[in-house]
Amino acid sequence: MIEKKQVEHIARLSRLVIPEEEKEMFCSQLSNVLKYMEKLNRLDTKGIEPTSHVIDLVNVMRGDAPSPSLPPSEALRNAPDRTEKFYRVPKIIE
Amino acid sequence: MHYEAVIGLEVHAQMSTETKIFCGCLTKFGSEPNTQTCPVCIGMPGALPVLNKKALEFAVRAGLALNCGISPMSRFARKNYFYPDLPKGYQISQYELPICEHGFLEIVADGGLKKIGVTRVHMEEDAGKNIHEGAGNSSLVDLNRAGVPLMEIVSEPDIRSPKEAAEYMKKLRTMLRYLGVCDGNMEQGSLRCDANVSVREEGSKGLGVKVEVKNINSFRFVEKALEYEIKRQIKAIKDGGSIIQETRLWDSDAGITQSMRTKEEAHDYRYFPEPDLAPIAVRQEWIDEIRASLPELPDAKRQRFVSSYSLPEYDADILISEKPLSEWYEEAVNAGGQPKAVSNWMMGEMMKLLNEDGINIENCPLKPEQLADMLSLIDKGTISGKIAKTVFEEMFRTGKDAESIVIEKSLVQITDKDAILKAVDEILAKSPKEVERYRAGEEKLIGFFVGQAMKLTKGKANPAALNEILKRKLSDK
Repeated sequence: MIEKKQVEHIARLSRLVIPEEEKEMFCSQLSNVLKYMEKLNRLDTKGIEPTSHVIDLVNVMRGDAPSPSLPPSEALRNAPDRTEKFYRVPKIIE
Repeated sequence: MHYEAVIGLEVHAQMSTETKIFCGCLTKFGSEPNTQTCPVCIGMPGALPVLNKKALEFAVRAGLALNCGISPMSRFARKNYFYPDLPKGYQISQYELPICEHGFLEIVADGGLKKIGVTRVHMEEDAGKNIHEGAGNSSLVDLNRAGVPLMEIVSEPDIRSPKEAAEYMKKLRTMLRYLGVCDGNMEQGSLRCDANVSVREEGSKGLGVKVEVKNINSFRFVEKALEYEIKRQIKAIKDGGSIIQETRLWDSDAGITQSMRTKEEAHDYRYFPEPDLAPIAVRQEWIDEIRASLPELPDAKRQRFVSSYSLPEYDADILISEKPLSEWYEEAVNAGGQPKAVSNWMMGEMMKLLNEDGINIENCPLKPEQLADMLSLIDKGTISGKIAKTVFEEMFRTGKDAESIVIEKSLVQITDKDAILKAVDEILAKSPKEVERYRAGEEKLIGFFVGQAMKLTKGKANPAALNEILKRKLSDK
């Protein structure tokens, strides 16, 4: 069972602001998701290699050769806020 | 009660690949902001990363040189956190199954050798750069560095003092530069260091509460930051307080570490296997191939310099500290230079001139053979050791050979006894008082006569011949 404190923790990690009245709702929804995933635990996986990738592939690599980068105008186009050369974000307080 | 420090270092080394770890953008330092990015490294939806094979090779090279085992199966993981310099909301790193594990690096400590365990070496991508200055109420983000390949080298908590920590860093830097996998440029952030520090009663086996110190970016700061932090912790305990597990930032201007006051819950990275990248299965043959291609490493080279060239440890240490310096040395010796003489000239005059001009050994205007040739002129008695300094500087400045400089400036040593005799007669005649004092027993005046004679011959008189003639003449009554 997911508790309200966990919902708040996950929301904070995700930088989401969740209204107080929705927290209960997420408790039950997230709990249901976990309950559903629990079903997988009923399978007997003894002797089966853990899967880290769904396609049976290894060593997909490229050589150290340059390819063109985006022009800055293009790269910055979707930024909600920017200067001529930079992305602009609210001041980061460390 | 005595306390000792327990230190482990996490070093991030930027790999010297031409392109980023998962895309073909350049890794060049100092380019215009946001000119080296693409959909992969700025995290556009649907863009897929592909591993740069060179980065993998470099990590394996470093792992082998650090005596690590190379994992036959390795994979990447996502480290999830939000920060403006991390466009995807996660950093692709390694968590379980890092590429290299269980190695060590040997450092000199208390006159002996000490093994510092290397827990792991793993690959990851760098984040972008945040700029706070001059941006008013905002911060600016440059993503050129996002996706630049790093290896993180994590040590065991085997380090016991700030000095050992600095030794470890220096050794690691030399090693990575020998391997050609990292340029080790600390000003440009190619090598960065975080330290885990705790203190405990000397002799106790348990571990104290550890504090992570971040932002240590020079050898000097490694020592200073750790000295400060250790003192701070010991004082806190002696004052009856306790240490809080936290992250502190080294402030080099103030010379202190300061709590970052981040909530610990922010360190919940929720690692999971990176589904966009296939696992890595390194074949033994490839590992063997890389091992065979490793250069002679600093420790082996130091031993060889001591045994083959009969150099003192001190000389060997300096000469092997940079690979190009050691190569220059060996070329000069191979060109016929006497090993200790070559070392003396390199560590003395040459380093002095290089430093003065602010150039490194790779751009040294003097060729190793030129030094060897000059040394043979000294051996043959053509020039004196004193004159050689003038010749050396002239070679360094003009690139001309020793022999032509000696001829041009007529610096050939005077070994002709008659010429020296003439000079000696001249100064003895000019200094009757000193001659008298010398003969009355003030023998240290010999220095005065030598100086005068050298002045007269413009430093070209053969010192041994001059001494002999002076003494003979002075004892004649």
